[in-house]
Order: sequence, then structure tokens, then C-alpha cells
Amino acid sequence: MTEQTADEVKNPTRRNVLFKVGVAVNAVAGVLVAIPIVGYIFSAFAHPKLVGSEAWIPLGDANTYVTGQTRLATYRNPFTRPWDGATAEIPCWVRRIDERKFQVFAINCTHLGCPVRWFQESKLFMCPCHGGVYYEDGSKAAGPPPRGLFEYSTKVENGKLYVKGGILPTLSEPLTS
Amino acid sequence: MLRSVYNWLDKRLYLTKLFQSTAGHHVPANSGSWFYVFGSATLLCFILQIVTGTLLALVYVPSTNEAWKSLQYLNHVQYLGWYLRALHNWGSNFMVALMTLHMVQVFLFGAYKYPRELTWVSGVFLLVATLAMAFTGQVMRFDEDAYWGLGIGASITGRVPFIGDRLVHLLLGGPIIAGETLSRFFALHVFVIPAIIIGIVGMHLRLVLTKGINEYPVPGKPVRRDTYDGEYEKIIEKQGVPFVPDAIGKDLIFAALVLVLILAFSAIFGPAGPSGPPDPTRVDTVPRPDFYFLSVFAALALLPDWMETIVLFVMPVLMVGFLFILPFISGTGEKSARKRPVAVLSVITIFLVLGTLTYMGDTAPWSPKMNAWSGQSVPVDLLQHRTPLEMRGALVLQNKQCRNCHSLEGHGGQRGPALDDVATRLTRDQLIRQVIQGGGNMPAYGKNLSPAEVDALVAYMLTLHPPSHPPARDSAQPQISGNPNAKERGVGEAVRKSMTGKSQ
Repeated sequence: MTEQTADEVKNPTRRNVLFKVGVAVNAVAGVLVAIPIVGYIFSAFAHPKLVGSEAWIPLGDANTYVTGQTRLATYRNPFTRPWDGATAEIPCWVRRIDERKFQVFAINCTHLGCPVRWFQESKLFMCPCHGGVYYEDGSKAAGPPPRGLFEYSTKVENGKLYVKGGILPTLSEPLTS
Repeated sequence: MLRSVYNWLDKRLYLTKLFQSTAGHHVPANSGSWFYVFGSATLLCFILQIVTGTLLALVYVPSTNEAWKSLQYLNHVQYLGWYLRALHNWGSNFMVALMTLHMVQVFLFGAYKYPRELTWVSGVFLLVATLAMAFTGQVMRFDEDAYWGLGIGASITGRVPFIGDRLVHLLLGGPIIAGETLSRFFALHVFVIPAIIIGIVGMHLRLVLTKGINEYPVPGKPVRRDTYDGEYEKIIEKQGVPFVPDAIGKDLIFAALVLVLILAFSAIFGPAGPSGPPDPTRVDTVPRPDFYFLSVFAALALLPDWMETIVLFVMPVLMVGFLFILPFISGTGEKSARKRPVAVLSVITIFLVLGTLTYMGDTAPWSPKMNAWSGQSVPVDLLQHRTPLEMRGALVLQNKQCRNCHSLEGHGGQRGPALDDVATRLTRDQLIRQVIQGGGNMPAYGKNLSPAEVDALVAYMLTLHPPSHPPARDSAQPQISGNPNAKERGVGEAVRKSMTGKSQ
């Protein structure tokens, strides 16, 4: 067997050539198959910002928010698909500072993303997971969070409040910092 | 008749040969031990998981809109649907538990040493894959815990430097938790990871056949690379018995016991959840991971901030990396646990740490009790004999959510110290400072309390001390008229008033 192989190296037979060509052709075909597969899986790297993440999302009439108060608002995320169900509705905390100034905080604690809850009486946001606490203006008050609450960009147009809220905020995507 | 059918098949499938080289292969007689039954039991659980998982997939709808409803349907409408869900849940708990026992046994019996390094390494891969199944499985139970669990997963991923944001998109299948997220985890849980596990289990079993099962270790008989193979061959020659039927008896009995226990646990305790629907706008939720991950959850609450990212990313790499290289740094030497005190101590330490963290993760004393302020009133005996100002202070204490972090008579949060005897620890000035400026782990309430409210609150807290234990005094200030130690609750109000007048 080994003799034959050594012989074949010097005088390649038809089978031998066919085998090598077969391997080479499949290597090329394999790469061709891999391109769409890898591209499909890692589309987040190829197209990081989906259309809509920069869109202004209406949060309703600005006058429904009372000056000096903070309350929960919800909006439909801009990428919503028919099968998203309830997960398409994203909650956020809207604080109206005065006539024109608003702060809209993401619901997610900056520590590990749990939903923070607003307490009107003590004017604090508290997180149920690891005890992160934030002040009314979103700055960190106590606990393990590495920073204040994530804040969406806001604007008021024609009496309506809009936010840019298409992205789940994390420490590497902190919205406005 | 049967024999002739078997012979006919054997002629074509070589069944006898197949049996002799697999189930009938010879193993050391002393490996037929009760300590050697955990591996086969883990495999049995895995097979049960495949069966029950496939059956659940007949009904379950992996769509964010329908998943929770289909779980409810399984629980309440589908005949025996609740029981199949319970079996899948308890099967997974048993699988993790038995896999852990198997791993500890292999470690303590030195079975990872030469020449079975690769068996151990493939086992570590199986450990990681099984934990990945546990996490993705928790997402399949698509309730509010699953939703916020994904949020936690995304937040952790978001801490990866440089490419964190992209990795979050990769994990969630988009910039936000939505339809594609569940589909993604379904594909992982049902196709990808099980396929990987089946492949590695095949290799794991192949290695058990090629390198043989570990003989029962004897203290004082260390493994040596140059002699071990010969010694093992001699053991098989002298006292080898076919695995089936001679050594499998205990495995079979244990396997049946495990099955009966899973059936019983499922019948008694039922399926896990689902809890509330995965509706992110319901923010009055307290997310908790399944128990496998409670230890990590606890560690993240207890560690100092600067250590968190290190613990999240470096520690797992170090721990799994250590498991991988273990057979290469300690591939020879003593096998018996009787001669390996460090190994035994390591196992005990690891389980004490994991057990303590899991217990703490379950009780979560660091979490504010979000409903304590509205749900747990100030105990009556802490309100008796108080002045109107002090009563007003008790109201402030309750209304300003102090109880969410501070307990009274054991009720309320444990994030901050209990307030039952706060007056014995802090003087009036210190209390005012603490309330207004915060500090330690307490937010500053200066902006959120009026001076009158602070006054009332502090007046109330100054009454919180056991009758036998006098309130704290400021050593820098001379004692004021009368003896504060002798003060009775309520009666000492005049004295306190005079103090108030002086220090303000």
C-alpha cells in the first residue's frame, strides 16, 4: 500500500488526481456555503444599527405628564414584528422637569438590567435585584450600579413628546451618556 | 425460533461482535461500585430530557406572542401536559445534580489522571453545555423571569469591552428583546446544544471503551505514565468482567431509583411556573434566576463594584480553564482521595462557597423589599407612648419607603441595618446627618424631606431603643440637664425638647 502511494506521488494516477481535485473543489464550495451562513449568524456585526433605532417614537401628549412628577410610560419598539406579542411594548420612566424639559429613563438598571421602580414619596428609583438606588434625576444614589440610569434623547414637537428608544441600553450602548 | 431470527440478524449486523466490543467489554470487577453509577444516571437523565423535550415541542409554540399562552395550555388544558413539563423540569434538576456528583466522584477517585485526560476534558465540555441548556431552558419558560433574565444576560454581555454592543445584538437577535430572541434561544436549546452534547457524549463513551473504566483506586498505588497501561491490562486480565451483565447491576438499580424519584418529584412538586406573562410594562416584578445561577446572582450583589466585570469574565475563564488543564498538571500520582487532602478540601470549600452563595441568592437580603412600606405597618408596640411629633415621624418612616431597606421587628428589607435599636447606635446629630446626606449604602434624603419631616423622623428614631439600653450619646458634648439614661419613653420629651433647642 505504501509502495503504491509512493509510486503514485511520482506518477499520479487518474484516481489520485480526482481525489485531490475533489478535496479542493469541496474546500472552495465549503467556503462559499460558509459565507452566507456566517453572514446570517453575525448580521449584528455587519449591520449593527437596524433601521429605526434612530427614529423618534411618540410618547403621547406632553401635557399628560405633570410638571415635577415622574411616571411610567410605554411605547411600541420600532422594530416590532407581528409575533412580538407583549414584548413589543417597552416601558420607560418619564420625568417632567418644567414646561419644556423632560427626562426619559430606560427601565433597565445599569447594574444588570432589572426593571427599576419609581417611588414618588421618597423620590427614588429602586431596583429589586441587587438594591441599586437612583435619585429623581437618574443619578446613582446607592448600591452596585456603575452609573446613573440610561437616558433616552427626547424632544417635544407640536405638544407631543418623542424619544429615541429603539435599543436595549447596556453599558456598551448607554444611549446619551 | 427466536434464536434463528437472532442468528439471521447476527449474520448481517454482527450483533455479537458489536456487543462484545461495547456493552460487553471487560471492566475491572471492583469498578462495579455504588460510586460508579452517577455517569450512567446522568446519561439516563439526558435521554429522558430528549424524550420529554420532544413531547413538549409537540405543543409548545416558540413565539414571543404565543409561548406563555402555550405553557398555560400545557399546564391546564393538554392532558398530562403539566406532568410532562414537570418531568422536563425535574429531569433537568436531576441531570445537573447527578452530573455534579459524577464529576466530584471522578475528581476524588483520580479518574481524570493518565490516560483518561481527554475523557475528563470532554466531560468539562459537557458541563458547560449542560449549563448552557439550563440557561436557554429557563428562557423557553417564557415568563417575566425569562424576559428579565434575558435583560440580565444582555447587560452582562454589554460589559464586554469594545464589541459588547454587537454581542448584545447577536445574543438578542436585534437591538431589543423581541420575537427573534426567543426563536434564537429555541434553536439553541432544541437543535444546537443538544447536537453538541450528543456528539461529545459519543466521544466520552468512546473514550470509556478505548481507555477503560478507572479501577477502584488503592491508596499508595500512584499512577505512573510508563507503567500504568501495563498495570491496567493486568487488572483486566486477572479480574476483568464483562460490563454487561456482571458490572451493570448497580447502575441499573440506581437508574430505576432516579427515574422513580423524578416521577415522584414531578407528581408532588409539579412543573416550574410559568410566572407572570413576559410583559415588560409590568414593572412590579422581582426577577430571580433558576437555582443553578443563584450563586452568580448572589456574587454580583456582594462583590465590590470594581470586581464585578472581573468576576463576570475572568473568573469563568479561569475556573473552566483550570478544569481543562487539571489532568495535565496533575496527570499522575496518587488516585485515592485518602491520600489527597488538598483535593478533598477543595471539593468541600467549593461546595460550601456555592451552597452559601445559592442560599444567599435565594434569600437576597440585599434586595429592597419593594412592598414593605405599604404592606407592613409599624408594629403597634413601637407606637405606644409616643408624642404626636414622634408619631408623625413614624408616618414619615413608613411613607418615605424607609422600610423597604430597614426592618422593624424583623419585618421589612435587610439592605440597611434594622432600626429597632437605631437610637443606641446614632445620636440625634448623626441621625440627621445620615438621613439628609445618606452615606454607606444609603441615598441622601436631603432634597426629598422637608426640615419638619426630618425633625419628626429623627424624633421618632430616637425612641427606638430597648428600655434597658440607653440611647447613644455624643461624647464631645457635655451631658445636659438630668440623666438621659433614666429617661422613659414619652416622659423624656421635655428633656429632648431642650436638647433640640440647644443643638439647632
